[in-house]
Amino acid sequence: MGGDKKRSKGLPEYLELQRTHVHCGPDVNKHTTTFTSANVFEPLCIDNSWNLEAFKSDLQIEVNHLDDEVMEFDLIGVDPAIANALRRILLAEVPTVAIEHVFMINNTSIMQDEVLSHRLGLVPLRVDPKLFDFKLAEEAPSEKNTVVFKLDVRCTRQGTRLINDKVTSNMLQWMPAGSQLPEETSCRFTQGQAHLVPSQQEQKGKKFMAPVHEDILLTKLRPGQCIQLEAHAVKGIGKTHAKWSPVATAWYKLLPEVVLLTDDVPESVAKTLLDAAPGLFVRKPDGKLAVTNARHHEKHLEKVRVLLDQEAIAQVVQYRKRKDHFIFTIESTGILPPDVLFEQALSILHDKAEQLANKL
Amino acid sequence: MGLAGGQEAMEQDDGGLHQALHGDPALLTQPIKTVQDKFQLLPAFLQVRGLVKQHIDSFNYFINHEIKKIVKANERVTCDTDPNFFLKYTAIYVGLPSVEEDMVTKDITPQQCRLRDITYAAPISVDIEYTRGKEIVVKKGSNGRGAISIGRIPLMLRCDRCVLYNKSEPQLAKLGECPLDPGGYFVVRGTEKVILIQEQLSKNRIIIDTDSHNDIVASVTSSTHERKSKTNIVMSKGKLYLKHNAFSDDVNMVAVLKAMGAEADQEVMQLAGNDETLSALLVPTIQDCKSHKVFTQAQALEFLGNKIRPSPMSFGKVRRKSKVDEARDILANVVVCHVPVVRYNFQQKVMYMAVMIRRMLLAVLDPSFIDDRDYYGNKRLELAGGLMSLLFEDLFKRLNTDLKRQADITLSKANRASQFDVAKCIRTDTITYGLENSLSSGNWTIKRFRMERKGVTQVCGMLSPADTSIWQPSILPSLHPTSLAGAEQVSGPRALHPSQWGMLCPADTPEGESCGLVKNLALMTHVTTDEEEALMTRCLFMLGVEPITAMAPCELHTRGAACVFLNGLLLGLHRRPHKLVQVIRDMRRRGYVGEFVHVHLQGDACYFSCDGGRVCRPLIICDKGVPRVKQEHITNLISGKWGFNDFLRHGLIEYLDVNEENVSLIALYEQHCTPSTTHLEIEPFTIMGVVSGLIPFPHHNQSPRNTYQCAMGKQAMGNIAYNQLNRMDTLLYLLCYPQRPLLTTKTIELINYDKLGAGQNATVAVMSYSGYDIEDAIVMNKASLDRGFGRCIVLKKYGATLRKYANRTTDRIVTPLPLPGQRTPPARFRLLDRDGLAAVGDYIMPGDVYINLQRPTNTARWTRCSRQKCVVDKVQLTCEWQTRCSRSAWWTRCSWRPMMTATTTSSSSSATHGGLSWAISSVAGMGRRAWSATLCARCVRALAPLCV
Repeated sequence: MGGDKKRSKGLPEYLELQRTHVHCGPDVNKHTTTFTSANVFEPLCIDNSWNLEAFKSDLQIEVNHLDDEVMEFDLIGVDPAIANALRRILLAEVPTVAIEHVFMINNTSIMQDEVLSHRLGLVPLRVDPKLFDFKLAEEAPSEKNTVVFKLDVRCTRQGTRLINDKVTSNMLQWMPAGSQLPEETSCRFTQGQAHLVPSQQEQKGKKFMAPVHEDILLTKLRPGQCIQLEAHAVKGIGKTHAKWSPVATAWYKLLPEVVLLTDDVPESVAKTLLDAAPGLFVRKPDGKLAVTNARHHEKHLEKVRVLLDQEAIAQVVQYRKRKDHFIFTIESTGILPPDVLFEQALSILHDKAEQLANKL
Repeated sequence: MGLAGGQEAMEQDDGGLHQALHGDPALLTQPIKTVQDKFQLLPAFLQVRGLVKQHIDSFNYFINHEIKKIVKANERVTCDTDPNFFLKYTAIYVGLPSVEEDMVTKDITPQQCRLRDITYAAPISVDIEYTRGKEIVVKKGSNGRGAISIGRIPLMLRCDRCVLYNKSEPQLAKLGECPLDPGGYFVVRGTEKVILIQEQLSKNRIIIDTDSHNDIVASVTSSTHERKSKTNIVMSKGKLYLKHNAFSDDVNMVAVLKAMGAEADQEVMQLAGNDETLSALLVPTIQDCKSHKVFTQAQALEFLGNKIRPSPMSFGKVRRKSKVDEARDILANVVVCHVPVVRYNFQQKVMYMAVMIRRMLLAVLDPSFIDDRDYYGNKRLELAGGLMSLLFEDLFKRLNTDLKRQADITLSKANRASQFDVAKCIRTDTITYGLENSLSSGNWTIKRFRMERKGVTQVCGMLSPADTSIWQPSILPSLHPTSLAGAEQVSGPRALHPSQWGMLCPADTPEGESCGLVKNLALMTHVTTDEEEALMTRCLFMLGVEPITAMAPCELHTRGAACVFLNGLLLGLHRRPHKLVQVIRDMRRRGYVGEFVHVHLQGDACYFSCDGGRVCRPLIICDKGVPRVKQEHITNLISGKWGFNDFLRHGLIEYLDVNEENVSLIALYEQHCTPSTTHLEIEPFTIMGVVSGLIPFPHHNQSPRNTYQCAMGKQAMGNIAYNQLNRMDTLLYLLCYPQRPLLTTKTIELINYDKLGAGQNATVAVMSYSGYDIEDAIVMNKASLDRGFGRCIVLKKYGATLRKYANRTTDRIVTPLPLPGQRTPPARFRLLDRDGLAAVGDYIMPGDVYINLQRPTNTARWTRCSRQKCVVDKVQLTCEWQTRCSRSAWWTRCSWRPMMTATTTSSSSSATHGGLSWAISSVAGMGRRAWSATLCARCVRALAPLCV
């Protein structure tokens, strides 16, 4: 680990702790900054410059959990700047496809055109953005940059039952042949898009070129009301509008650590700690107090932080967080799996770095 | 209620009381159990009384009873020229809401009136008898309708003539009305107007005060149906003077008493009381009287007669009364005119003035006897019905004067072509327009009653769901803020007076000039209406009040006895006042006298009141500190077996007005009850009003924060009513995604605030001191705005009127024609259909024409839309038969997305509570192009004109 190597460079232990850990107190966290400058330890004759080799060997990614929508992994050995850049790229710069233009043919529902369009825009569509180009403002919509959906619902009464009284996302029909109103929409496909649907085995039971969720309520209708519209989805990024964001959210937190500073803890303190955070603090067979992994007892950590208010406890226990260990979670909207999103985020970050390097 | 019921209740009560007093003492010492869900009494109360209901009740009282009294009092119109001529009103009827179009009367609903900009009014018709030539004509209508219409009266929504009265929710929906709308307002020329409650100083009550020279003054504002006058007695340089407009000068008080028949100085002394110190204070006045050589009644009247202010009207009069007669008349009819003087028997008035003098002298000796002007027991509130009746009375009198003048002119001519038929001269305009104008301008100018008030009505703007409920309880002050002169701008009347506890909301008052003057009623306040005095008078005499007319002056201030006042009038003396008070209270609790008869004993006077305009509120009665309301009663209430009135009938709860509340010991919680406690609060939160009731945990806030929130709660944006999309308001802001607050208060549920939702729940992170926040500003998450947080729809009305002209030409709407030499009309006409109107669903861009209107001079006029891009949401075409023009109106719509710099003001300074319910109060900045996902092509939707 990087910390060990650098410590061998001879930084005093307390300084090393300040460099690698945030120290959590009852009111305020201390030593929250990262030491990135190369000459910050110069008075101690220690070089703090960034070392690619060390970085390469220190960097670790451990995936803790992965399914279709959520991924949690540990990102170890990077600067907070990198972790945050990844988070922000995930939120705002990984492209997806979402409905952007809505052509109303008829809307007699209670919901206004604008509001309905806005709701349609927020429906996540399982369309692979790699297959499409960004549509420039001056470009005409074509099969290269536009996916066309149709919504044609009429509510009727059948006996006491209402048909189509709820308009849900599965009623959005994909039109692989393109717009049915080419005159009004100026959208003309030269060839169909049917080939864009992946093969059966690639689909894995998922429906492509359709909303991710079938049961999103778009609006409600009363008998006699109808909605007819054509919706054109285009590729975009979350920076322009949140509907293109591929994640519900993406976040990280620092790895927590709770340590005992001394072996012989006064009995009264031990009892308080055991009462406040059972599980986090345990008694060893010899009756002495011990700490288990803080990461698995997150619910108790705030209690420990409050207890640090007391002098007796603060002398015995330290609650701190590793500065270069991020527990990263990505919650995808379901358009793309979270691991794919992370890959894309990395490649976007890479492109950015390259661009910067080229311009320097 | 029935007598039998009362009897039964009485026996029940007595049993309980007997058991409590003489039963097992252990029962009394056991701890008091708290009654659960006591607050359930509040919704029950609001069902029968309170807030909007009292406005409606007062209006109902006006159209059912008061209007008849007014007509009865002014029933006869005669003329000076023909002694045989008369016109007599025999009956008056207020009809059902209707509108007359093309000579056809049609029923009308409030929603139609709102859309068509007309007044929701009902015809007033009368039955009459009059002379035509030598015969007497009797005209009588049938079916609850009079023979002749005299005008139209705007109807209050949900009054008992309104079409919405007692309608179920589906029926209301059919009429296009929102079931959550409580009514209580008028629709005048299409706008919704609410009459604010007016506050005044009590009429007919003695108030001891100090004037600008620090002299003690006793003043009485007398008010009867015939006359209103103000009488002051002032103590100036140790002498008592009567100050009155009828006299040009201050007159010696003893001379006045002598003029009223109290000739002997001894009698004067006795009237003030047999106390030496009091007598000593009277001596200078008596001496002064002597120096004027006034000893007998005749001399006194002569003396007063010389000081009468010559009235401007008396100059032209031929027969002038002698000065003595005039002075006697003034004393009988003008000075303290609410005290009756029958056949110049001044006894009652002398006694009344004696009481005034005595209270003044006591105040001279001990300043604590000076009354507090701001004490809320000295205030009376006037509701919509009362104000309308004042206005109607004036207009009706004016109508009659007009008729008389017409009769005078016509009948004075010797030879007439046809017989004079007064029934044909009755003009309906006087009353119709008089009422309409006052309601729509809010100016209550009634010269007859020397009344000039502005801003009596308010537009209830329907900006937020609670709006109608918000305006209803506002009280307009007796003195307008601008009328306060510099020196008078003291905090006195503005300060929160302790007597306002529970009656007025402590938080809800505007900031700035009218701070503390404009007030709002609390949740459980009720304003009384007038009750019959005669019954009460009889009842009091039967309970042992000795009439004042049968009393010698020396008896008036007998030790241990108390003067008995009823509505400010001195009735007599009672020897055991405590017993009397007790009996009356018991009778009230058993329903033998009205529930709003209140009594309080103060010093040597016992005041009963049953007049209108007093504020009162219900409280739980306690016996020796044990509340009468028990858990089983509440269980009855929750199960629906009992209503609020059952609690009153069983004597568990009673109303107290400010004066009686002042002499009661009221516990806030059950655990605070002591043996001397007389009452228990129903629920502490009822001291707040409607608007402040929306604040969660108000007692954790700094008090001005609550006041700020009360001002801002009215600006909240959300949904306004179930019929909001059909109302065509001039300007309407709606939230796309309104939410019900996560943290509701009981008040919120009571006024249905949660059913409409005015705001959105936001997750707010509060940062310490510095950082991104600048006092009240916040940083918002862009993605949340993208996803619809704070998004709103703005609906705006544009209209055009098509006029008809005297030369039989009219404006018209025509299809746009292409310019000469061109095939299509100019581009700015692109929205117009063949009928010359923009269609529903059209996008209006800046400069687009939405109506192609031609005036007779053949100059086309285009009405343009605002600079903003918007959509036509609704088009409405209506006809107005009275003004012979048709109107068309467009409702345009555009959605706003709050900009990143949206400034929001949050009145909650600290968000330390678990949940912070938070509404976007104002969204500043027009936002960029409004809708993000949309770029619509033209809607292919047919024009759906809404023809009414």
